[in-house]
Amino acid sequence: MSRLLSSRYAALMFVALVVIVPGLMLNSSFYLRVGALIFIFGFAALGLNLLMGYAGQVSLGHAGFIGIGAYATAVLPTHFGWNIFAAMAAGVAGAGLIAYIVGGPILRLKGHYLAVATLALGILISMVISNEVKYTGGPDGMAVPRLEVFGFRLRTAQHWYWISGGVLFLGIVAAQNLIESPTGRALRALHDSEVAAGTLGIDAARYKLIAFVVSAVYAAISGVCFALLNGHITPDSASFLRSVELVTMVVIGGMGSILGALVGAALLGLLEQLLAQFHEVETLILGLVMMAVMIFMRDGIVPTLQRLLFSRRAS
Amino acid sequence: MTGVRCFVKSSLAVLALPVLMAGTALAQGTVKIGALLAVTGPAAFLGEPEEKTLKMYVEELNAKGGVNGQKIELVIYDDGGDASKTRTFAQRLVEEDKVVAILGPSTSGPTMAISQVVEDAGIPLISFGGAAVIVQPMKKFVFKTPHSDRMACEKVFEDMKKKKLTKAGLITGTDAFGKSIREGCIAAAPTYGVEIVGDETYNPTDKDMTPQLTNLKNKAGIQAIMSGSFGAPAAIVTKNVKQVGVTVPFYQNHGVASKSWIDLSGDAAEGVLLPAAAVLVADKLADSDPQKKVALAYKTTYEKATGKPISTFGGHAYDGLMILVEAMQRAKTSDPKKVRDEIEKTKGFIGTAGIFNMTDKDHMGLDLAAFKMVTVKGGNWQLAE
Repeated sequence: MSRLLSSRYAALMFVALVVIVPGLMLNSSFYLRVGALIFIFGFAALGLNLLMGYAGQVSLGHAGFIGIGAYATAVLPTHFGWNIFAAMAAGVAGAGLIAYIVGGPILRLKGHYLAVATLALGILISMVISNEVKYTGGPDGMAVPRLEVFGFRLRTAQHWYWISGGVLFLGIVAAQNLIESPTGRALRALHDSEVAAGTLGIDAARYKLIAFVVSAVYAAISGVCFALLNGHITPDSASFLRSVELVTMVVIGGMGSILGALVGAALLGLLEQLLAQFHEVETLILGLVMMAVMIFMRDGIVPTLQRLLFSRRAS
Repeated sequence: MTGVRCFVKSSLAVLALPVLMAGTALAQGTVKIGALLAVTGPAAFLGEPEEKTLKMYVEELNAKGGVNGQKIELVIYDDGGDASKTRTFAQRLVEEDKVVAILGPSTSGPTMAISQVVEDAGIPLISFGGAAVIVQPMKKFVFKTPHSDRMACEKVFEDMKKKKLTKAGLITGTDAFGKSIREGCIAAAPTYGVEIVGDETYNPTDKDMTPQLTNLKNKAGIQAIMSGSFGAPAAIVTKNVKQVGVTVPFYQNHGVASKSWIDLSGDAAEGVLLPAAAVLVADKLADSDPQKKVALAYKTTYEKATGKPISTFGGHAYDGLMILVEAMQRAKTSDPKKVRDEIEKTKGFIGTAGIFNMTDKDHMGLDLAAFKMVTVKGGNWQLAE
């Protein structure tokens, strides 16, 4: 039983249920939008979790990659007449390429230095977006062209609920495959001990770079969905605060847990709406929840719950 | 026979039901107005006075019996100035809370992000954002109460023209506000015969603008400097202007129109000129000024209730709320579409920002007369005209 529960198919089943059941029950586009946002940020957090939870590297600039994906989708068709699908692909590929070029040198840094370097990268990207007023519309943001598939315009929250839910599902399948591949095992070895991994012949720099590029691609894809869902984007999609939000989702949900990223995203997304009525104390309650998670569930929500559940079953 | 009687009875009941329901709705109904404000985050200096103002005046209106016999229920969400969050909350206001109108957002980016939501829903929005793009091009349901940033430039250039100054230098931030001022100034300059001889920008997080100001100071023939900034950078620019020894007139803009800017700038603020809403110098206005009564009343109420000096930002919220309430009174209903039509017909409404005359081509309705040239003397605001 516990083997079945912890198997990869259980996680996939769970996600499929979480996407499909509310999707069929909810008919307000407000709820569907909140759901779509959770899937979109859950997807970005999933990518970041591959980097943080498996390769053990921190990135405080991941919103920058969200920004690249989002703005490529908006800028290339509007100003350069690109086909929107080509623009989406270019945004994702561009984010991967930038991560590859920048990742080489900065992933040689360790600990705080790595965090600061990624922080700087994120801030640089968001500064470029704010300052290139001619192309990006600056801080007021710009409109994103609507996606058309076979003459059908995808613009409602309902469309994007199902699309981002589907994208999330595929992202989880891909992440699971990566983790169970030799690359994934190498990454986990790196996380536990870089020295030990090195003695086993694992090229630390190369595997860290792979994880960094993959996580950047995840972030860029989520940026593309984010831009198309909103129809109007502003530079705060790439802001430092957004990066911190992603890291928070990963840490609260559980580092090194596929479902953790989604649970973290859901918790932050739902709390924001639940606490909206009491916005005077919103920050206070959010802080208390985070402290409680950090004190009582030090590994994050999902790993702690799994352990509780399975240790009882075993005894 | 009984069958027929029964039928008549029941159909009467069915007919009477809506009437009864309408009656109860009228007697105990409330009208829901939504507000999206940046109460926290980088734009909190806008959202905070706006929130206080709205709460204060809704309470006052309700104490007087509300609007059209219905009490106003204000639903405020804090968007933190984030465009995506604002959009989520806008949909929540529209679909869950079913508000009849939305006040806010505090800034321009989020306003642009939710214009489509209110257009689709057919609900009027009165924004407190500064940028002219909010109402140009016009959107059917979108209005705004603050002066456009371009008007600040026009007021400054008008003042320069009076003083026969024609060569100006610009220093603006790369944030939304600075950008809007910069574009407005460049577009408005030719109309007033002003030539922009220097155009410098800085990032909002910069801590020193002396290089840019030295550049401007050394531009041949420069006769005035205009700054487009708010918050901390505005105080830094003001101080730097004194430090590099600029001798030509220095103009700030309506974005610094709060007491905290004077406090941060200290002595450097003395003698700086800026266009601002009348509410800032309410007690110094001439008695004949039609705005004096409104501005003074708002100032007294706000300062008494909060114990804090007024800024012009809370005034935008006051204007928005009152324009909306008066439109609802004229429409004699809270039907969003009819209220929208009445907002568009706002004529001669005296607010804190000026006298509003909206038309189907102008969803702001303010002209240059709304601005007063003010300066700082002895740490306090003073009329400069």
